[in-house]
Amino acid sequence: MKIIRKRRDIHHGDRYFYFLLKGLASGLPLLLFLIAAFLLKASWPTINEFGAAFLFTQDWDPVGEHFGVLAFAFGTIVSSLIAIAIGAPLSIFTALFLTELASSRVAKVAGFLVEMLAAIPSVVYGLWGIFVLAPILRIHVEPFLGKTLGFLPLFQGPPYGVGMLAAGIVLAIMIIPTITSVSREVFRSVPQSYREAAMALGATRWEVMRIAVLKTGSTGILGAVILGLGRALGETMAVTMVIGNRADISASLFSPAQTMSSVIANEYAEATSATHVAALLEIGLVLFLLTFIVNSLARVFVWRASLGRSAR
Amino acid sequence: MMNMMMKKISVLVTTLLAIQATVTIAHSAAATRLTGAGATFPYPLYSKWFFEYQKRNPEAEINYQSIGSGGGIRQFTEGTIDFGASDAPMTDEQLAKLAQPAFHIPTVLGAVVLTYHVPGTSTGLKLTPDVLADIFLGKLTKWNDPRLTKLNPGVSFPDTPILVAHRSDGSGTTGIFTDYLSKVSPEWKKKVGQGTAVKWPVGLGGKGNEGVTGLVKQTPGAIGYVELIYAENSKLPYASVQNAAGHFTLPSMKSVSAAAAGALKTMPGDFRVSITNPPGKDSYPISGFTYLLVHQTVSGAKGRTLVEFLEWAVSDGQKLAEPLSYAPLPHSLAKKVEATIKKIQVK
Repeated sequence: MKIIRKRRDIHHGDRYFYFLLKGLASGLPLLLFLIAAFLLKASWPTINEFGAAFLFTQDWDPVGEHFGVLAFAFGTIVSSLIAIAIGAPLSIFTALFLTELASSRVAKVAGFLVEMLAAIPSVVYGLWGIFVLAPILRIHVEPFLGKTLGFLPLFQGPPYGVGMLAAGIVLAIMIIPTITSVSREVFRSVPQSYREAAMALGATRWEVMRIAVLKTGSTGILGAVILGLGRALGETMAVTMVIGNRADISASLFSPAQTMSSVIANEYAEATSATHVAALLEIGLVLFLLTFIVNSLARVFVWRASLGRSAR
Repeated sequence: MMNMMMKKISVLVTTLLAIQATVTIAHSAAATRLTGAGATFPYPLYSKWFFEYQKRNPEAEINYQSIGSGGGIRQFTEGTIDFGASDAPMTDEQLAKLAQPAFHIPTVLGAVVLTYHVPGTSTGLKLTPDVLADIFLGKLTKWNDPRLTKLNPGVSFPDTPILVAHRSDGSGTTGIFTDYLSKVSPEWKKKVGQGTAVKWPVGLGGKGNEGVTGLVKQTPGAIGYVELIYAENSKLPYASVQNAAGHFTLPSMKSVSAAAAGALKTMPGDFRVSITNPPGKDSYPISGFTYLLVHQTVSGAKGRTLVEFLEWAVSDGQKLAEPLSYAPLPHSLAKKVEATIKKIQVK
């Protein structure tokens, strides 16, 4: 330690480098702060005009200039939750298979392919949603669900194909690589001795996974899921293309909805009235805060998981 | 090792310098560079225009960003661009915010067509204004509704629900369509109104013209509105609509130009007018201008180039419109627009 400090004093280059990096690194949090400040300033007219009502009304009428974020917040949250409900179990079990059961070669190839899903541009997911997923949902899946589970409000209404369900499924596929690769890291970091201990107690393979791996990694898994949720909340293009874009709050998964990011992408370019622009930016502010909170939660969980590990 | 790297770097630097040099030369040939931004709808034509115009006049380089009419008006108001472009004319309120007065220069016309996907029917659907309004208001919900079957004798409509498809993104196309509905239906005007984005009573939203054609193409029972060229390109049928004179007209270059000519008599000097539902038996009722926004006083070589370009665009440039499915300005109107362009003062 002492030696290093001495060297730093002698070599000016190190010092400059230190300050350079420090400046760059502190620039990024500053950027975050500036974005928040910009959104707040730009949305000030509507914050002033509508106040808290903006958060709790679902009316969105650019002609009459009534604006409320509720329907979009509903669309964002529900579509993301559907994505988690479908994507999280799939990802966690995939990760479990890859770390615990698969041979190393299979794990490598399959892991690579799963991560490749993250490399597909979201507009391609959107096109796939429109041309492949939506017709399948409209012709086969939704009529079937309507017939068998139609007594639930979730599965009522005409099958359009595009809508909340389609958006949730597309999002699920998009968040699978995130959750899978983080879960894999979590499972890998579970000490081998835990598994051996469980085996020594006579646990079966499934019990080893359940007791030693899943339980130990549970906070880490939760963090992985929340990271996936953060990704789903902010996704714009693919969702816009398949969700049907209707500012409605409906119990049915078949009905069209709209998300916060998609309404901004949809309406910003042609918004001419100052109030309309400010309202769109306030949606941006709400979305920013929401994803910020979700991502912070994820950090805390992952951090707690790794803290537990280093304390071992 | 070090040597090799140095060599590589020097090669790279020389290449970059060479590229830079060529780019600079290419740029210095164009003495005047104009920037504009705005409407996406006329973008294919505008980029063709700027390209052709530069061929004739190598001095003029025009850079256009299709960021949407709203963005075009905003940037024009802030004075960051030399000219703006918008599908809808600026409102009085917006004009009041300008630092210096501006002209609206109509360049071409676009038609909004009703495209549909009804199993068992093909082309030739006929719609009246009130049926159309009631469909989009959600009051007419089945294809075999008596009002539709009466209007289209000989067509056997299925017992399918009507699915309305509209634009989810703000758009000049929506502006024209809702303007038309507001004119023909008091109920629409009261409940929904006119705008580039409105609160739709029913239906699904698709992003862009492609999004709406996609929805219509894939969903049996769907009806949606798109620009003419998109319906033609995706081989979807489109309806003929009853015009103000009571005739059913199909959208075409001719019927759209006729609409502009029909609206000519009542057209104000600044061209800020909607030409939906105009008089004239050949007029297709749902169409609109797209405009360039230009200051009334422009300066220097830039200003001269801009005026010369506008003069060319409304005369010879009009010939390029039709191959790209935009309706050219009718001759009588083009003369009027030329007179306005002459009023632009170059300092």
